[in-house]
Amino acid sequence: MAEGDVGWWGLAASLLLIAVTLGISAWRRLGLERDVLVATGRALVQLLAVGYVLAVVIDPDQPIAYAWAWLVFMVLFASWTVQRRAPEVPGVLLLALAALGTSTALTTLVIFGLGIFPVEARAIVPVGGMMVGNAMTSTVLAGRRIVSEFSEKRADVEARLALGQPWSDASRPALRSALRAAMTQQVETTKAVGLVFLPGAMTGLILAGVDPVDAVRVQAAIMFLILGAVAINVVVIGTGVTRRLFTDDHRLLRVTRTAT
Amino acid sequence: MILLTVLFEFDDVVVRFGDDVVLDHVTASVPDGGAITCLLGASGAGKSTLLRLCNRLEVPSSGQVRFRGRPLDEIDPLQLRRTVGMVFQRPTLFPGSVRENLLVAESGAGEERMVEALGRARLPVRFLDRDGDLLSGGEAQRACLARTLITHPEVLLMDEPTSALDPTATRALEELGRSLADAGMPILWVTHDLDQADRIADRRIVLVGGRLADEHQVDHYLASEEAFHHHHDDELHEGHAHGEGEVPDGRG
Repeated sequence: MAEGDVGWWGLAASLLLIAVTLGISAWRRLGLERDVLVATGRALVQLLAVGYVLAVVIDPDQPIAYAWAWLVFMVLFASWTVQRRAPEVPGVLLLALAALGTSTALTTLVIFGLGIFPVEARAIVPVGGMMVGNAMTSTVLAGRRIVSEFSEKRADVEARLALGQPWSDASRPALRSALRAAMTQQVETTKAVGLVFLPGAMTGLILAGVDPVDAVRVQAAIMFLILGAVAINVVVIGTGVTRRLFTDDHRLLRVTRTAT
Repeated sequence: MILLTVLFEFDDVVVRFGDDVVLDHVTASVPDGGAITCLLGASGAGKSTLLRLCNRLEVPSSGQVRFRGRPLDEIDPLQLRRTVGMVFQRPTLFPGSVRENLLVAESGAGEERMVEALGRARLPVRFLDRDGDLLSGGEAQRACLARTLITHPEVLLMDEPTSALDPTATRALEELGRSLADAGMPILWVTHDLDQADRIADRRIVLVGGRLADEHQVDHYLASEEAFHHHHDDELHEGHAHGEGEVPDGRG
């Protein structure tokens, strides 16, 4: 067993903290006991299942096509998740597919095309997962943000339309502020990295015994790639959703916002 | 006044938002020429929607709207909106100075054209460099009017433009509308305020529950509004002589 490993005993011991969580919920009458148990169970089952599948996918003896297929599956699953989390965004599934597909394709091209990481399943799967995961969160944020921005700034946008501006001009200020808001979060995360929190890849590498400076290089590369993926993603989803909010004859559609 | 042509025609117009019928088979017309036509009705009666059909911020679910005889869906909407200008319920100044606002409307506008637009909205030239956020409600609404007028529209749509203004600013905007109309500008003016309609309307279109009001409903609507006003203002109004849905009231 390598020094960074958590054995079955270690995993069982970590459940102690779940007991603490359950205790707090019961003590403060939060009524979350059931949810905590379900969440714990699901996390265990999902991660174990993924672990066994990954063991096959990243096995160097298996064809690398498995890894690419896994990446495609992640993009599909992430798009479906975006649709579930931002149902008020018109045409969200196709837009999320387009956004996540574009950002994943472009970042993958950079990562593996320029040889930042080796074209191996053990790199494609985790790095791709981090790209898609972060891009997914930003897609949900950007999509919801755009819809609420156009809902709040309806008067401003319609005043511009009423002056004879085409939708592309009339939507520009609201779109800009929504894109800024959606990207700012990732920019702030990038700023705080290392000072406030140690991100997952680095933590994992350090736990696995890799020299911290080597781990930092990997993490920095990943952070920059994520920032790029988020930017691509936010711009694709932002522009796409904005277009969907206007008709061909330059009217702003009414979109009902659902509660968060 | 001799009204030669028809400005807007609503031909059996229905507007639905989801399951709500906002306009229910409305057939009406607005004559061309310098006059103020008031669209009157309680809130939710569909008068703003009727107005917004005129510059195609809304489209009918069925029926047809015509502008000077041409169906609206045959006119380029961007061109239409520069011909038919609009002032909204609340001042909608964009961030920045009044000058920047005027330039959003007319990007190539020179000093002369900006001064002319301000003058037509009765704002002094020094307002050009004022920040929109620092204007009073009345000033902001007139700056919005200037922003619309700088595009040289042929028609003005006013969507309850005084609802956020104090009485003095309200009167000032009404007089401004009157003088623009007298100078030949046709104006459609949405209001729920009967007293305002009395002050400015050359014609009225009354909507009740999304339909064009018949004579009985107009009387009923006017009477209930009167009662509302008496109750709230605790002041006496003189009796108004009102006719049916669309009537010239002899002014202009």
